[in-house]
Amino acid sequence: MTLALDAAYALDPRVALRPEPFGALCYHYGNRRLTFLKSPDIVRLVSSLSDHGSVAEALTACEIEPRRWPAFVDALASLEASEVIRGR
Amino acid sequence: MGASGLVERLKKGLDAPICLTWELTYSCNLQCIHCLSSSGVRDPRELTTTEAKALVEELERLQVFYVNIGGGEPMLRRDFFEIVEHAVAHHVGVKFSTNGTSIDRSAARRLAAMDYLDIQISLDGLDAATNDAVRGTGSYASARRAMDHLAGAGFGPFKISVVVTRHNVAQLDGFKALADGYGAQLRVTRLRPSGRGVESWHELHPSAEQQREVYRWLLAHGDGVLTGDSFFHLNALGEPLPGLNLCGAGRVVCLVDPIGDVYACPFVLDAQFRAGNVRDGGFTAVWRESELFSSLREPDAPGACSSCGSYDACQGGCMAAKFFVGLPLDGPDPECVTGHGAEALAGLDPAARPAPAPGHSRPVTLLRRKPAAAGR
Repeated sequence: MTLALDAAYALDPRVALRPEPFGALCYHYGNRRLTFLKSPDIVRLVSSLSDHGSVAEALTACEIEPRRWPAFVDALASLEASEVIRGR
Repeated sequence: MGASGLVERLKKGLDAPICLTWELTYSCNLQCIHCLSSSGVRDPRELTTTEAKALVEELERLQVFYVNIGGGEPMLRRDFFEIVEHAVAHHVGVKFSTNGTSIDRSAARRLAAMDYLDIQISLDGLDAATNDAVRGTGSYASARRAMDHLAGAGFGPFKISVVVTRHNVAQLDGFKALADGYGAQLRVTRLRPSGRGVESWHELHPSAEQQREVYRWLLAHGDGVLTGDSFFHLNALGEPLPGLNLCGAGRVVCLVDPIGDVYACPFVLDAQFRAGNVRDGGFTAVWRESELFSSLREPDAPGACSSCGSYDACQGGCMAAKFFVGLPLDGPDPECVTGHGAEALAGLDPAARPAPAPGHSRPVTLLRRKPAAAGR
């Protein structure tokens, strides 16, 4: 499970994102699944995906250090699998 | 943050519930012997349509994702569709539980046309004999009729909701096949000794061996079967079941009853677990400021379970289950898989159990003898 750094993504329009002290809760009104975003960084990244032409641009804009990119790419891939985000 | 860090965070409570159960009415055409809200007769103090809509709007402001609507039988409220449509229009998703009696062809079509709506049809036996012994004569047929109408109307994957009892554990595979046949999803939940279950639980709850069977079955079926994460007490048997391993009562979920009383969870409709009323300053104030909910968000006291190596796995089990069988809240769950609950229960005087509240059960009426037909 992986996703390309040069691909463009966005929050799925059927997902509601609710900020929480630990990160955020995401609820998908289509598949009715609840997903936890477990850090403020991943919340910022997910929220900003639609403003950028690629995952790499979004990571840069969110000032995520390059050595942490693989972990964030894994997290995004798993969010894509649960339909929280989708390619555009 | 790892999964256990998240669970620890959730135990301290959120600013708003993730979802909540909202019983719309105490009125019900059935009298199930395990009804957690002892429903039957409508309460004259039930929330008005205007109050119900105001609650929906408050839940929207709190970003509560969805409500689990139940009762009683929620479809018996004349404004049922009005409330549901108001919720959906205000981005509060609806899952509602029904016995299905009111779902005829036209109701099924109306429901199928709505978005953000889930339906759970209750069924507690795979055949009329098993089901109707718990839910009443004719209830199997009416539930199946509702499923046929929903399937016929193209509703999509509705839920078949089963409360696991000692009489239907052996039917789990059959329930799964029934759900698959309808393109539906199976939901199985734990029987609690709440409401009229205060009395019937002792006869209905699965045996220790059956609990192990339920655990193995749930492990084998994984995410394919919904459970409301209600079987976490079984996690002491080994590998944890899918879902959040915690009691969410007053922390991430709660219940609003038909008259606006807010309780920690659907299974503790008792004054001791009542946090407040939405008519006194709104739901948000109750959720954020009630003493009861604050106390439930304090670190757990393992009490009598502290010396047991399984406490981290089972979290001491279900508060409601302990309370209504007369066990201390910091003691073992009555269905504790290591047997501590059964031991504690055996040492209890049955007379010390909390008396079942009269609730809203229909008054028992003496059968009227029909006048003998003349001339035969």
